[in-house]
Amino acid sequence: MHELTLAEIARGLADKSFSSEELTGALLARVKQIDPQINSFISVTEALALGQARAADARRAAGETGALLGAPIAHKDLFCTLGVRTSCGSKMLDNFKAPYDATVVAKLAEAGMVTLGKTNMDEFAMGSANESSHYGAVKNPWNLEHVPGGSSGGSAAAVAARLLPATTGTDTGGSIRQPAALTNLTGLKPTYGRVSRWGMIAYASSLDQGGPLARTAEDCALLLQGMAGFDAKDSTSIDEPVPDYSAGLNGSLQGLRIGLPKEYFGAGLDPRIAELVQASVKELEKLGAVVKEISLPNMQHAIPAYYVIAPAEASSNLSRFDGVRFGYRCEEPKDLTDLYKRSRGEGFGAEVQRRIMVGTYALSAGYYDAYYVKAQQIRRLIKNDFMAAFNDVDLILGPTTPNPAWKLGAKSSDPVAAYLEDVYTITANLAGLPGLSMPAGFVDGLPVGVQLLAPYFQEGRLLNVAHRYQQVTDWHTRAPNGF
Amino acid sequence: MQWEVVIGLEIHTQLATQSKIFSGSATTFGSEPNTQASLVDLGMPGVLPVLNQEAVRMACMFGLAIDAEIGKRNVFARKNYFYPDLPKGYQISQMDLPIVGKGHLDIALEDGTIKRIGVTRAHLEEDAGKSLHEDFSGSTGIDLNRAGTPLLEIVSEPDMRSAKEAVAYVKAIHALVRYLGICDGNMAEGSLRCDCNVSIRPKGQAEFGTRCEIKNVNSFRFIERAINSEIQRQIDLIEDGGKVVQETRLYDPNKDETRSMRSKEEANDYRYFPDPDLLPVVIEDSFLDTIRAGLPELPPQKVERFQSQYGLSAYDANVLASSREQADYFEEVVKIGGDAKLAANWVMVELGSLLNKLGIEIDQAPVSAAHLGGMLLRIRDNTISGKIAKTVFEAMAAGEGDADSIISSRGLKQVTDTGAIDKMLDEMLAANADQVEQYRAADEAKRGKMFGFFVGQAMKASKGKANPGQVNQLLKAKLEG
Repeated sequence: MHELTLAEIARGLADKSFSSEELTGALLARVKQIDPQINSFISVTEALALGQARAADARRAAGETGALLGAPIAHKDLFCTLGVRTSCGSKMLDNFKAPYDATVVAKLAEAGMVTLGKTNMDEFAMGSANESSHYGAVKNPWNLEHVPGGSSGGSAAAVAARLLPATTGTDTGGSIRQPAALTNLTGLKPTYGRVSRWGMIAYASSLDQGGPLARTAEDCALLLQGMAGFDAKDSTSIDEPVPDYSAGLNGSLQGLRIGLPKEYFGAGLDPRIAELVQASVKELEKLGAVVKEISLPNMQHAIPAYYVIAPAEASSNLSRFDGVRFGYRCEEPKDLTDLYKRSRGEGFGAEVQRRIMVGTYALSAGYYDAYYVKAQQIRRLIKNDFMAAFNDVDLILGPTTPNPAWKLGAKSSDPVAAYLEDVYTITANLAGLPGLSMPAGFVDGLPVGVQLLAPYFQEGRLLNVAHRYQQVTDWHTRAPNGF
Repeated sequence: MQWEVVIGLEIHTQLATQSKIFSGSATTFGSEPNTQASLVDLGMPGVLPVLNQEAVRMACMFGLAIDAEIGKRNVFARKNYFYPDLPKGYQISQMDLPIVGKGHLDIALEDGTIKRIGVTRAHLEEDAGKSLHEDFSGSTGIDLNRAGTPLLEIVSEPDMRSAKEAVAYVKAIHALVRYLGICDGNMAEGSLRCDCNVSIRPKGQAEFGTRCEIKNVNSFRFIERAINSEIQRQIDLIEDGGKVVQETRLYDPNKDETRSMRSKEEANDYRYFPDPDLLPVVIEDSFLDTIRAGLPELPPQKVERFQSQYGLSAYDANVLASSREQADYFEEVVKIGGDAKLAANWVMVELGSLLNKLGIEIDQAPVSAAHLGGMLLRIRDNTISGKIAKTVFEAMAAGEGDADSIISSRGLKQVTDTGAIDKMLDEMLAANADQVEQYRAADEAKRGKMFGFFVGQAMKASKGKANPGQVNQLLKAKLEG
């Protein structure tokens, strides 16, 4: 049962091949058995899951239908979940039980999804290897000595290991697309404002966006359908109708104009990945797409701009973790300053402290104009590049990452080397555009992802292209050995 | 050395919205600690702010009332600092693009002149919670009921030259926000608080001296005293060869002195940046048009109208219009009682001293405008004299009912029957035959004084009820005759 996709589960539940309770029980057993190898869960919510499964079965027995009714889900551990520890992968929130549900959690529960647990992640979503978690590194099911990517590494590894068909993640600089690429999944970062951020513990508010991780585009469509929509509780949420993503999956690609940014194929890209990306382009051409080279000239500035804006926002967002009202508090504080210093010094890990310091510096008097203001200007230029490009093409395609998954610990002593892994994904966050990574082959037995970017609110187009591609390729169906 | 004082003020007004500026929690003062603190007010992980449109509307009302530019695209920014009663570790405020830009307000000085004070800007922000040090030994309690209450911070130009001018400006702002209904103005509850920036310079010097900021002064009296004691401190310091250091100071009303709180070097770097959780606020012209159309009559217009419509002096008009409640009360009295000057006198003098004595505001006045107006009618139709009216007023204040029922139950109706007054005067003159003779022998100048004696005796004999006009007339005839 663990090999089923979300779409297959929906059919199985609908034709009563199995109940949600049976499915949930089987998957919980598998999580218990398999997860110790990869460490993808921080919390398993067995009682909650079985209760929700029984409730879903009852709703179905009462005549209710729905693709997500009774289907399993696990949430990245920064989505607040009522009464459940929501840790952000940090010692700081190890003792924090959320007093409310995030909008995403509430919407999916409403649709009848069954929450199996909370997935591991880089601490406060800061990282691209899932090595900065207080709960230990997550391992890549394709090679247990390698990282799964991050920061939604637990969400990706759990799906790749067939513990469940789909999970939620968040993407601030690539944190859905990059782990999807490194674990052979399909992962979608929606347009900024498409999915509510209420209850999603913030890393960098102007960049963060929740989205689905699954094996197929079809499953991502089902899950996004449940997650997307306007939320009055999030001022940056956008009141735009949500199309029927599943209905658009099979649209023709005839005449679809795909742009290949030359900057995405320059130095730093593993040539074997470049080849696989070109192969995927050939497949799409066979399906009717037309390909042309384009340019995104300001892309080279994306990483410096991102590593000013994201830490700046984070330095402020993480100020509330002060040991006063919730979360970690140091033992025996001498006075208020000692309480602050030690609670934060002991509660936050090294990477989080590094980014808080970088961000605090970037916002300081005398540096603000040189760093923060300048980075915002670059951000506008990058957005303008995309706007200009989308005048000529319908979709932009390139590699998701410059390299396949690296070995655990290989980049932990060199943060800048790890930051450079985000080079292709960060621009979509800076511009607020939707992006998707889909499986496109293997290098040394490790998965490779292709990234698709589309204009605002064209998630449907991304899913359509990925789905049609997955109809003629089988990369996404491959499972790691032993899982 | 002749010193010139330079004062600029930052006034924090709590806006009278039903709910907080970024959450749906109530803003009622004085509730049990932390009963009005929602997830958002507590700064829980994952929560987001949503702007209360009512706060925006009120800020625009203020902007229009001081003839200011409205920030058509204004931006909320985060002011970052750590304090236990600041739940998020930052305050949502406005920095570069405030909602209200440059405007001005006229204040009336004691010598009757009008001075224009510039308002640099006014911006929206959220209030912090309160630290409670008293009730806990060895630790501090935090009450977040106030956290997220909307504030409009009104920043003046350094246009004031004395503590009295500063107080006049605060009173004018106080009156204005109450006129607009955007702040209850309750200074004791902290609804209106003032930071005073004070510096001195040799008279004639163009550059400003180094300023000190006195934080959080919360009564008109303390503002005046705090500024004056700070001025004196700075003068003493400089004249003793010292230098004023830029710093934040606190006023201690018990000792009537300011003391240093923190120096400029210790000041926080607030690291302001636009709040990414909130979109820029775009103000449409149509929104402003609606607000403009709904603005109440404001103090300057009211003062003008009181003079032209009621023939009041500029001074009386200013006093009566100094608060919306007092102006409304006055107009209600006029509507019923008819005589505006008489009404102005009664409201300002008798009612004013009664309120003063009781230490209450006019909206709690024990005599209603309707009752006072009704009493004025009885003065005007000669049912009672002005003197008896004071007795009636006291009775009304004591809750004995309206003027008519007090007059009838106490038998205070004025005697206007000429025959009765005539008889009473004859008896009185007979009893004071010596004085009558002295009067008749006296010259014109002395007679004037002595006439008052007979009037007094006559009023005493009638227990104040004889009509004073008739008494005068008849008495004159009898004494001359």
